[in-house]
Amino acid sequence: MASLKELVKRKELFSYGHRACAGCGEVLAVRQVLLAAGENVACAMPTGCLEIVSTIYPHTAWQVPIFHSAFENAAATIAGMESAYRALKRRGKITKEIKFIAFGGDGGTYDIGFQALSGAIERRHRFLYVCTDNQAYMNTGIQRSSATPSFADTTTSPAGKKLPGKLQPRKDIVEIVIAHDVPYAAQTTVAFWNDLVTKVEKALSYDGPTFINILVPCPLGWVYPTDRTIEISRLAVETNFWPLYEYENGVYRLNYEPKERKPIEEWLKMQGRFRHLFLPENQKLIEEFQREVDERFARLKRRVAMSG
Amino acid sequence: MKKIVAKTGNEALAFAMKQIAPDVVAAYPITPSTEVVYTFSSFVADGEVDTEFVAVESEHSAISACIAAAACGARAMTATASQGLALMHEMLFIASALRLPIVMAVVNRTLSAPLNIHCDHSDSLASRDSGWIQLFCANSQEAYDTLIQAVRIAEECYLPVMVTIDGFILSHCMERIEVLSDEEVKDFIKEFKPNYSLLDVDNPITVGPACLPDSYFEHKRAVAEAMRESLPVIEKVSREFGERFGRYYDIMEGYETKDCEVAIIAMGSTYETATVAVDNLREKGEKVGVFKLKTFRPFPHQKILKELREIPVLGVLDRAEPLSSYGGILYTEIRAVLADEKKKPLTASYIYGLGGREITPEEIEEVFEELFLIKEKGKSKEEVGYIGVK
Repeated sequence: MASLKELVKRKELFSYGHRACAGCGEVLAVRQVLLAAGENVACAMPTGCLEIVSTIYPHTAWQVPIFHSAFENAAATIAGMESAYRALKRRGKITKEIKFIAFGGDGGTYDIGFQALSGAIERRHRFLYVCTDNQAYMNTGIQRSSATPSFADTTTSPAGKKLPGKLQPRKDIVEIVIAHDVPYAAQTTVAFWNDLVTKVEKALSYDGPTFINILVPCPLGWVYPTDRTIEISRLAVETNFWPLYEYENGVYRLNYEPKERKPIEEWLKMQGRFRHLFLPENQKLIEEFQREVDERFARLKRRVAMSG
Repeated sequence: MKKIVAKTGNEALAFAMKQIAPDVVAAYPITPSTEVVYTFSSFVADGEVDTEFVAVESEHSAISACIAAAACGARAMTATASQGLALMHEMLFIASALRLPIVMAVVNRTLSAPLNIHCDHSDSLASRDSGWIQLFCANSQEAYDTLIQAVRIAEECYLPVMVTIDGFILSHCMERIEVLSDEEVKDFIKEFKPNYSLLDVDNPITVGPACLPDSYFEHKRAVAEAMRESLPVIEKVSREFGERFGRYYDIMEGYETKDCEVAIIAMGSTYETATVAVDNLREKGEKVGVFKLKTFRPFPHQKILKELREIPVLGVLDRAEPLSSYGGILYTEIRAVLADEKKKPLTASYIYGLGGREITPEEIEEVFEELFLIKEKGKSKEEVGYIGVK
């Protein structure tokens, strides 16, 4: 793993010139991933916040090749790039070693881009797919996605007089990817740069498809002050809402376990999207949320124990 | 020495694809184009071509992968039909706007519903405004020759090209095809030297950015210019192919049209059916002729003006029903080209052959007879004619 001292000396590959909101977790993630990856990478991304904030013509924040074509095809795009690379290398037109990274938000990964992702992984293209998961369609104005957690208030799952926000729990994309029998898949978040960078380095070392899901808080969509992104990321881990774990060649590993799990209220109360849960009549929903977090964590622990 | 082989239309396309030996072929099977891809994959499996073949999970991913590969400076090709082309629809615009020289074989088939796997042109004509050059072929020999030319056209214009054949009528019908040697094909298409590549990591570029109202318009205008400028390139490449290999295809051709009093125009295999009808009527002394439009995009309006202005009566045969309540797509476009001319033909719109319904020389002869009646009356036919509908 690269030390912080080494990392700061590296060229910034996702640079100034982007127009992301203050406190955006997604651009932190992209910056950290690219610092870990180094210069010989070629990237793709779907339509979404990342594309809109980083490539408004004639400006670009990318110091590595980046291709955006549409919303549902980041994985098909990176597959096409990797296939071109194989062909051109075989035909002697390229000699350099190039690695491939696709960045997709939760909409472009869990939902509309899911088919292309599943297909590209099944075909064993060599690429790292990074999901920058901010748990809703932030680019179009905070609509629910299948990554949105239970009870979150979004513009298409609004908390109202009758309904308490999103009724369904979020999809477990990492486990779905693991079910494709990938060599490496992991979950991390921007507060743990060390964990994130190590996972990117590991993922890129594999000759096959790998996947990292990164929780990227969104001040606009989650409704919190812009200076608390790292704090919220860390608390997501400390509450076991977002465990740091990895799956490598059939083995699950928990990379960090809080000494004492903090109650989920602490994470929820920092965010305006869960404000309605703190009304007296909704106390049960917080309990339900806690139950879901504990059950998911227990399931993960069982996987770790069984595969160890 | 001439090499003659027996091939279906699909096999002819797959064989041309093998000789072109693109860097990447990404495809998903769909009837009636499936045979193009599975024949090509058997060439890959047998080591006859070293293309990177990507058997994707959908047509949307097929064209997405081709787009990405082309942006990497690779020669990329695919084949599809009907629903597959419709599923690619949004990506077609991206391919042309990003100026990527992709070549795609389209085996024309109608669009659902009702589900039907047979030929009409509703799939590629629905892609009319997507910025792809569209070349319609009348037979499999022409399709083979055109697919090879399409590589040069795409790469000289930096626009994607579709080469179409009629599903089943040509795709599954065995014909006598004269093929070139691998060296002749290689020599004709030349080596592709792209202007840029996403894989040039030392000189990184951003492709597919967001453009706001201050710049989007200029990009679109540039694609429109490229489309306009592609016509002389198509003519040049076609002429060069004709000079080297003896088979020349014009952007629009006619049969017995010099002195004709009434004529029809069609795209695809119906041209050849119509020549039989023309021969039958010419034997009876009737002055009839038929035109074939090969280049639907770019629309060769000057050529159409030149060829059609003097024809007294013109029937336009469309193998697609655009539900415009007015007439076929080709018909409305031709009418628009002729609109400002003082001397112009009386016109009639005919829709035919939807969902694979056969069209016979006899039916075309009936169309000619109706065109003679229009000539007598001196008035264009107002209502849309449907040929062979029950």
